[in-house]
Amino acid sequence: MRRGTGPMTAARRRQLYREYVGKSLTFVCAATLIGITAAIVVFIAMQGLSTFVVNHIDPWRFLFSTAWQPDLPHEEGGPLVGTLAFTIGSVSVSLLAVLIGGPLSVVAAVFMVEIAPAWGQRLLQPAIEILAGIPSVVYGWIGLSVLVPFLRARLHTLGFSLLAGCLVLAIMIIPTVVSLSADSLRALSRDLKEAAYALGSTRWQTISRVLLPAAGPGILTAIVLGLARAFGEALAVQMVIGNTRSIPTSILSPMTTLTSAITMDMGYTIPGTPWNNALWSMSLLLLLITFGFIILIRLIGRRRAYR
Amino acid sequence: MNARLADRLATVFFWLGAVIIILLLAALVGYLLFQGGRWLDPGFITRPPENLKAGGGVGPQLFNSFYLLFLAMLFTIPLGVGAGIYLVEYAGKGDYNPAQDLPQGKKATAFLLGVINLSVETLASLPSIVVGLFGLLAFVVATGWGYSLLAGALALTVLNLPVMVRISQEALQTVSGDLKEASLALGASRWETIWKIVLPAAFPGLVTGAIITAGRVFGEAAALLYTAGMSSPMLDFGDWNPLHPNSPLNPFRPAATLAVHIWKINSEALIPDIRRVADGSAALLIIVVLVFNLLARWFGRYLYRRMTAS
Repeated sequence: MRRGTGPMTAARRRQLYREYVGKSLTFVCAATLIGITAAIVVFIAMQGLSTFVVNHIDPWRFLFSTAWQPDLPHEEGGPLVGTLAFTIGSVSVSLLAVLIGGPLSVVAAVFMVEIAPAWGQRLLQPAIEILAGIPSVVYGWIGLSVLVPFLRARLHTLGFSLLAGCLVLAIMIIPTVVSLSADSLRALSRDLKEAAYALGSTRWQTISRVLLPAAGPGILTAIVLGLARAFGEALAVQMVIGNTRSIPTSILSPMTTLTSAITMDMGYTIPGTPWNNALWSMSLLLLLITFGFIILIRLIGRRRAYR
Repeated sequence: MNARLADRLATVFFWLGAVIIILLLAALVGYLLFQGGRWLDPGFITRPPENLKAGGGVGPQLFNSFYLLFLAMLFTIPLGVGAGIYLVEYAGKGDYNPAQDLPQGKKATAFLLGVINLSVETLASLPSIVVGLFGLLAFVVATGWGYSLLAGALALTVLNLPVMVRISQEALQTVSGDLKEASLALGASRWETIWKIVLPAAFPGLVTGAIITAGRVFGEAAALLYTAGMSSPMLDFGDWNPLHPNSPLNPFRPAATLAVHIWKINSEALIPDIRRVADGSAALLIIVVLVFNLLARWFGRYLYRRMTAS
């Protein structure tokens, strides 16, 4: 229908006016999303770049040096803000968490969708939702009050360690990975499964040779999102890893991560000092890594063959 | 190994995985409720915390958590539902008319849609500490409010908005196309259709989703450390004028929530009974999360039954 045909009554005018207002209002809501995202990038980048622009730190050394003495005076060659130890800490704790939590979650997702759908729906689904709802400080508190003393007593170490951090994170990423993997398994066409069964496959053969490969990109996306969640988690990790600024040498040594260093020091450093600026640069690094994860997920998503 | 045996073993293996997760959850929740439940008495829930002595409560923190959640949802729900409506009902299709619209017009909307989706995706995967730091710059420093409830609520809105948008999109998409087309065919405008047909039909889904997101941000701490702050002024629970500095309702006062309180007493407190306060607060948080979860299920089902008369 072409617009503007028919008599223009008062009721019609009011209708058009409301339509215009409604559409504009919802558009403003959607545009707010773009605005917020842009604001986050601009604000964090402006603060984060001052390490390099104001304090003249070499970006290369910021990323790949382990010398961290941000309060060393200028005369003695300071400030030294190499963040490699933090980055390695973040990467190792989140990768290990995914190695532990990822396979367990995929197994649970397969169980939920293929082995026992009714049982899984009634018990496992709510369990996953509650697990997702447990606040991260509560995970951290359990890690601190149960896991760390346990490790200390059993292994005769400090207790605060890479191991404690990745165990806590492994549990925290389970809900993300399970629900997304289950979604991608559910999205598979029934034909695939029926064709495999018709060819005489057992359930395990169907799952391992047809369903898992077909849902592969989706499951990979779920795991990457779990990795992203583990990478960005701050408080739960900060409470159990010991926060020593060195590269972890073993799975039992205390260490630190980007997020935990930011959380701990942001409140105690004075705005404008090289130390504080370095923390903002680390936030910028986190932001860039988040974009990296998004790009990775998009690349994986492009490979999806079966829907 | 023959195929049947492998199948049996695999089945056992999958059961094992599921049972491990259920046991983990049961152990976690059981431990928290048992360990913290002992300390939950009316005094603990209502008293203010102590700085040096044992015996403090979490009254103000509990209040702050709920009030902050309320303020955050006040921003999140309209923005999230609005954006959801735009994405589902307007963007990309509109009243697109191939005879009138130029190709560029469609390309522009598709581009806009791409940017909005990228924004939602970015917001959804941002670490909450980064959201908190953005809040520190934008809502605490730039506005001059200092650590305040309002800054915290806005930070939570940023954190929560992508989830709310996705939930509204899902809820709106489940409304059947026949309903919309019938309404449009009767001469209703698109907005009238949305307001009078689509929104009521999607209401149960929206409510369930809103309660679930509320449960998730109730325990958020990382985004609040540097926005709502880690302390509370002495609250006067007899003074409900939002403009008074010691009124619990004043949105410009700093406010530590229950989750922030757990973190804070573990990192810097001097009280001797950290264990008791943290266990009790953790149990409270878990109870609230469980209640939100049950409420979402029950309320969603109730609304669905009422509105579909089934």
